Amino acid sequence: MSTFQTTSPPTQSGWRLPAMVAGAAIIWLALWNVIQPLADWLSYSAFGLAPGSHLGEAVSFFLYDVPKILLLLTGMIFIVTIIRSFFSPEQTRTLLGGKREGLGNVLAAGLGVVTPFCSCSAVPLFIGFVESGIPLGVTFSFLIATPVVNEVALAMLLGLFGWRIAAIYLVSGLLIAIVGGIVIGRLRLERYVEDFVWKIQVGQATQTGVKPTWSRRIQDAWQVTRDIVGRVWLFVVIGIAIGAGIHGYMPEDFLVGLMGRQAWWSVPAAVLLGIPLYSNAAGVIPVVHALMGKGAAMGTALAFMMSVVALSLPEILILRKVLKMQLIAVFVSIVGLAIIVTGYLFNMII
Amino acid sequence: MIIKVLGGGCANCKKTKEVVQQAVDDLQLEAMIEEVSDMADIMRYGVMSTPGLVINEKVVGSGGVPSYDQVVDLLQQARA
Repeated sequence: MSTFQTTSPPTQSGWRLPAMVAGAAIIWLALWNVIQPLADWLSYSAFGLAPGSHLGEAVSFFLYDVPKILLLLTGMIFIVTIIRSFFSPEQTRTLLGGKREGLGNVLAAGLGVVTPFCSCSAVPLFIGFVESGIPLGVTFSFLIATPVVNEVALAMLLGLFGWRIAAIYLVSGLLIAIVGGIVIGRLRLERYVEDFVWKIQVGQATQTGVKPTWSRRIQDAWQVTRDIVGRVWLFVVIGIAIGAGIHGYMPEDFLVGLMGRQAWWSVPAAVLLGIPLYSNAAGVIPVVHALMGKGAAMGTALAFMMSVVALSLPEILILRKVLKMQLIAVFVSIVGLAIIVTGYLFNMII
Repeated sequence: MIIKVLGGGCANCKKTKEVVQQAVDDLQLEAMIEEVSDMADIMRYGVMSTPGLVINEKVVGSGGVPSYDQVVDLLQQARA
């Protein structure tokens, strides 16, 4: 959450903003309940397609899932941003100071989920944490956990896979962050941090929590929601269109050989494939969902999705400014390995 | 008045500079706007989430792009 020391009070009068939020919530719920019947009506009555036919299945899937995902995205991003407005990197840094390995890693992973964080801030944030005495491993737990709770990915998982899978994804992500951070800490890799980092003097920011008002939080959250949905909606539509095509036209067990539980190499391959795809989480998840219906295994799909969000090529490139190649290699390998292991685990148990 | 926009050059930092420039022009202020992208310098201000805004060596905010109104308010406070 950004904090600026402004004196002017919010321009909305007392009751208007809460009323608007309540109104929006009601509209959201109404839309939520209407999209399935509407999609069915449109595909089968208005367009006259036959239920169970390839085109019928594909179209009704598309017409239902696009608004559903967009609704979930809007709701999720809004709520998550409000939650994050209660946290800040400065606060997190204070909270983590002095915590040792173990507890520190757990706390860092948890905070990584709720602290607002823009990729471009990765460098100052890393320096700030490390300079204030937070152990390298704990800092990494934070850095690994943060992209995992990508609100876009979460909203899509919720919408397409249900809350159980979304919860598993969340918990696995956190575990990977905690364990990954502990391992990196144990390896004592401090010398692979760029030297200048250790020489930097971090000043004490003079702005002491000017707490934003509720009105401010809501306005900001709405702004962020509009911004993200605006950037992502086209990928969502394209992804769901492709997914709809697969859903309607691909034969049922087509992929069992290629991506099913027996294809052991599909898990590492999925993780590798996910690394360069970060910015397309929105488009990729619906496709994976459709592939799952055709025989791809759950663990492989999960590994792929985690790799897409947690191993983000752009963020790695940014971290290159403060980490030497060896540390980056270790970081990517450890997280990659952890995701692969998780993928195999789920292929075995689900 | 010396205004500094702290940031590594990402889109948000550029946006912040534009908003500040607009406000400065509209208020007809005598101000110098500087972009600070050296990490060591940014950290010296204690800012961890860029973009950060510094007016006359005092950190007045960070973490996101300020709205036009917020910038106007901050500039008027600083001028007072």
